[in-house]
Order: sequence, then structure tokens, then C-alpha cells
Amino acid sequence: MTTRRSVIKSLAMLIGAAALPLAMHGAQAADPLNIGYVYVSPIGDAGWTFQHDQGRQQMEAALNGKITTKAVENVAEGSDAERVIREFAASGHKLVFTTSFGYMNYTERVAKQFPKTVFLHATGYKMGKNMGIYNARFYEGRYLTGVIAGKMSKSNVLGYVAAFPIPEVLQGINAFALGARSVNPNAEVRVIWVNSWFDPGKEREAATTLISQGADMITHHTDSTAVVQAAEEKGVHAFGYHSDMSKYGARAHLTATTHQWGDFYTRTAQAVLDGTWKPGSVWGGHKEGMIKLAPLNPAIPADTVAKVHELEAGLTAGTFHPFTGPVVDQDGKQRLAAGAVMDDATLGKMDYFVQGVASRLPKN
Amino acid sequence: MEANLFTSMLFATVVAGTPLLIVGLGLLVSEKSGVLNLGAEGMMAMGAIAGFAVAHETGSSWLGVLAGMGAGMAMAAVFGFLVLTLLANQVASGLALAIFGVGLSAFVGKPYESVTLAAVPAIRLPFLADIPVIGPALYNQQALVYLSWALMWGIVWFLYRSRGGLVLRAVGEAPSAAHAIGYPVIRIRYLATLFGGAMAGVGGAFLSVFYTPLWVEGMVAGRGWIALALVVFATWRPLRVMVGAYLFGGVMIAQLFVQGSGMEINMPSQMLSSLPYWATIVVLVMISRNATTIRLNSPVSLGQPYRADV
Repeated sequence: MTTRRSVIKSLAMLIGAAALPLAMHGAQAADPLNIGYVYVSPIGDAGWTFQHDQGRQQMEAALNGKITTKAVENVAEGSDAERVIREFAASGHKLVFTTSFGYMNYTERVAKQFPKTVFLHATGYKMGKNMGIYNARFYEGRYLTGVIAGKMSKSNVLGYVAAFPIPEVLQGINAFALGARSVNPNAEVRVIWVNSWFDPGKEREAATTLISQGADMITHHTDSTAVVQAAEEKGVHAFGYHSDMSKYGARAHLTATTHQWGDFYTRTAQAVLDGTWKPGSVWGGHKEGMIKLAPLNPAIPADTVAKVHELEAGLTAGTFHPFTGPVVDQDGKQRLAAGAVMDDATLGKMDYFVQGVASRLPKN
Repeated sequence: MEANLFTSMLFATVVAGTPLLIVGLGLLVSEKSGVLNLGAEGMMAMGAIAGFAVAHETGSSWLGVLAGMGAGMAMAAVFGFLVLTLLANQVASGLALAIFGVGLSAFVGKPYESVTLAAVPAIRLPFLADIPVIGPALYNQQALVYLSWALMWGIVWFLYRSRGGLVLRAVGEAPSAAHAIGYPVIRIRYLATLFGGAMAGVGGAFLSVFYTPLWVEGMVAGRGWIALALVVFATWRPLRVMVGAYLFGGVMIAQLFVQGSGMEINMPSQMLSSLPYWATIVVLVMISRNATTIRLNSPVSLGQPYRADV
């Protein structure tokens, strides 16, 4: 009996001892702001998650000492995600960024259970008292690359390897086509859907298919660098996406639409530190510094470079919007009147190809 | 259809089908001996990273292929030890191997995510490559493509024309009988499993060294599972594995070409993407629907552990 009692006693002491540092940790947590990141894929060397991680590091440098960050990579968009998000919230992280669309419902659920923690979800549409959303205007960069493609194409066939026909991807394709058509009325965009965000083999096949069908400028809305590499090999030009992909094809790579999350992350963390953070939706482009073109390849002619800089300035000043009417879809139906600017709600519902896209949208 | 368009489609079809063919043939041999190895995806992933890493370090794509082969064999050896020596459940061990291989390849492959390999030039076969339309598509390919054809015929000869093949099939059909007349069942199964692993490794190395050529985590993207399914739907016949592999590659490439051509498609793109899968299954089921041939060709002891002393 005594033995058993002493065992229980020492066990209780052990538990107490184990709880002590936890409690201390909790008390300290008020000091630096602990920030958690949930990534959908490995960080790697280029791509969606890589850009978020660059942003995280930029924020860490800017708010040195005031914050600590922790990132979990390669979290599947399923119940695993909820576990990781809850773990962050439960372990004293007061700000959590969930960086993939599929985390939406899990973020929302955990946010309701931890009202004192701030959650930021990328690319989604659900908000709450302590949950905000953010995204970038990828289409701005697409328009600029379209202008370059339209100017430089000899065959007037532009290839586009795309993942899924959702509004975000369609905005990109349409902006690319509008940009190309603005400088070259004969340019046409051909689209191949690979129905996967990430399958280097298939992305490459799609790229070589487009090249064999005459495309001499190709770009992609998928996650690997396979398309840029295929272009380098086949001797055509390519535009990267997410990250500067020039090291995967120094000759082929003209520029890339890159995502810049650093300033946004810094601003958000600062607001949470100051207690001034308010839930809302942030959809930033050139103006907010969230979209930027990668360094331009010297192969781009000077007049095109000047044109791109002029448009960039317009985007940054807010005087130019890629979706300015008239916007006419493939079937000739006018979607936006001349002179009008497409509002965000309409952009978010885009479900058609504009004139200039030669491929037909698969019927759903 | 334009002739050169057809040529480039055919070319791409062969390239897309080759990894499936190589891996499928390896699995076929292993399954013919009665060992069901569901770990193809993991073995391919390990073959892909080992092949890429060695090709990058040494600059030799052939050393890369050898390294891929070695990595696939090492994975298969682990699997063989579990299911043949320790008599673990083959299905569970195979699934574990698949998950383990994909994870391990990501871990060891971290330093190689940012590097690229120069594309390996194709080998043009004299005279054959001059045949109009099909010549440049079929005979201006990577050496591994030609080797995969040799492999296919080699396996046909081995399984159905050689004594060794007869013994292998006997082990897969009736291990106790093979054991009773003095054949080392476990050793033969080990060899077949190692061969399957080696081919899965080569298939993986083909992907990372010749096909893309790059290494990223998850780049095998389910091809190991497709190869496994191909073998079953091809009712364990090498020629049909080849038909299935090229059919799968062909339908995948064709749907990309159709999309790129700007043709009107009255089908959701998800449906179009799934086309290679169900078209291949439907065709293989059609050509293999004879119940007798299925019974004749499927290894009876597939997936069952064998202990020599019972």
C-alpha cells in the first residue's frame, strides 16, 4: 500500500513538475508574439509555399525580437490541417496564417474555439470576428506578362498550362489574353488544363504539346518549374509564376508574376501586436506591394520594357485596371461596358474566357 | 490530322507510357512469383531521387539509372525481408512501403529540389528513324525507351519459353508443389521481388533523369499505383501491360492535344483528365474479359505468405 501511495505521490509530483514549465511558458507568451504558419506543400525552392515562407522570413527580419514564428509544411487539406491549426492555437500562438484554400473550413472551426487568437486565411472567402482573409491580385502580373508575350511572339500562339477552371485561374488567363491583345490583335491564347496543382510530368507534357502546336510563349498556373524547363529545352520563351524561376531556364525565362507577402505579414503582425487588428479582407496587388514582376530578361525589347514600366506605374498608382471595359467573352457577349472597371465581386465570379483565348472552356 | 502533329503525339505517348511499362513489367514478374508488392509508388520515388542525385553528382545519366535501380532494389529487399522472411502481411507491408518510400525520398531529396539536370539527348536509330510519320516518333527516343521494348520481349521469352520462367510461374501457382519437387520457393520469390524493385527504381529514375528532368517531392504523382492497376487489368500478360501503358499515355496526351487545339469540348475538364484512367481500364477489361484466360494467367498464390515447413 505504502509503495503504491508513494508511487502515486511521486507521479503527481512529476506531473506538477511537467506542468510548471508549461505554465511559465504561458506567462511569457504575452511578450513576443508567437506566429504559426500552415503550408500546403514542402517549402522547396520556388512556388506558392516558398513565397509565403519568404514573406515569413521578411516579417521576422522586420519585427526582429518582437515575434517568433513556427511553420509546419506539407499539411494536407484535410483533418490533419485542423489538428495542426488547433495545435498552434492551443500552444500559445496568437496569430496563425493558413496558406491554402482548402484550410478554410478548418480555420473557421478552430477560430470559433479560440476567440483570442487571430487567424488569417489565404485565398478563401469566410471571415469571422477573429478571422480575416487575404489574397493577391495575381491577374495584374498576368496582364503585364501578356503584354510582353503579345509583343514578342512570332507565331502569335501563346500557351497556358492551367490547373483547374476556377475564377482565380480564369482571371489570370483572361488578363494574359487581354494584355497580349492590347498590343497584338492577332495573338491567341491556348489553354491546357492538367487538373492538378502539382504533377511535373503532366505539366511538362502539356507544355510540349502547346509548343508542338505552335506556341512560342508559354506560361503556367501550376506549382512546379517543369513548364519553364520545357521551354528552355525547346527553345521558346516562358513566364514563371509564384517565384522568379529564371534559374530553371536562364534563356527562356522572360519574367515571372511573383507573390510578395512580406509587407502584408509584417503589417498584420504589427497590428496584432498593437491590438489594432480588425477582421477584413485584403486583396492586394502592385499598389500594396503584394504582386511584382521578377527582373526582366534583357531579351525583351526596350519599347516593351518601357510599356511594362508604364503599366506597372499605372497599377501602383491605381489609375490602371487590367479588367477595364469593354470586356467581351469568347461568344461575343459583352461582359463589361466600355470604360467601366470590373468590381471585385464580379472578378471573383469569373467563369468565362475572353476574346483572344482560342481554347474552349470545358463545360461543367 | 497533320502528319507532324500525329508524330509529336505519338512521340509524347511513348514517353508518357514508358515509366508505366517498365514499372508494370517489373511488378508483373514479382506478382507471377506470388508476391504482391503495393509499394511501387515508394520504390519509384526512391528510384527517382537516387537516380537524380547520382546523375547530378556524376553527370552521368546511366549511373543515375543504375542508382535508381539500386534504390528500388534496396526498398524491395526491405519489403522481401518483411513478407518473405518474417511472413508479414503483403498488402499492409506494401502500403507501408509506399508511404515510407514517398516520405523518405522527400527527406533525402531536400538538397536536390533546386538543381536541374541537362536534358539527355535522344538516340536516333539509323534508317528506322527515317520512316515517315512514325519513324521520328518511335525511333528517335531515349535509350531507356528501346530498352523497355527489349525488356518486354525478354520477359515474354523468360516467362513462357524458358525453364526459369516455368519455375517462377510454378512458385506463383503452387508454392507447396514447387517446394515439394525441390525448388527454393523463398529464394525465387526474393529474386522476383528484387527484380520488381529494380524496375520500379528504373521507372522512377526515368521520370527524374529523362522525363522532367528535375526532382521535386511527390513527382511520381501516382504513377506507381497506375502501374499496379495496369498489371491486374492486363491479366498478368506482358504484351497487354505494354498496350495498357501506351494506351494510358496516348489518351492522356490526346486529351492535352484536343484541349490545346481549341476544339469545343462538351465535357468537364475533370472528366477529360480521368479519361486515360477509365479508357485504359475499359479497353483492358474488354480484351481480357475471358474468364478462363483470367484464371489461367492470374497467379493463384498471389499475396499469400508461404512457409516451407508447413
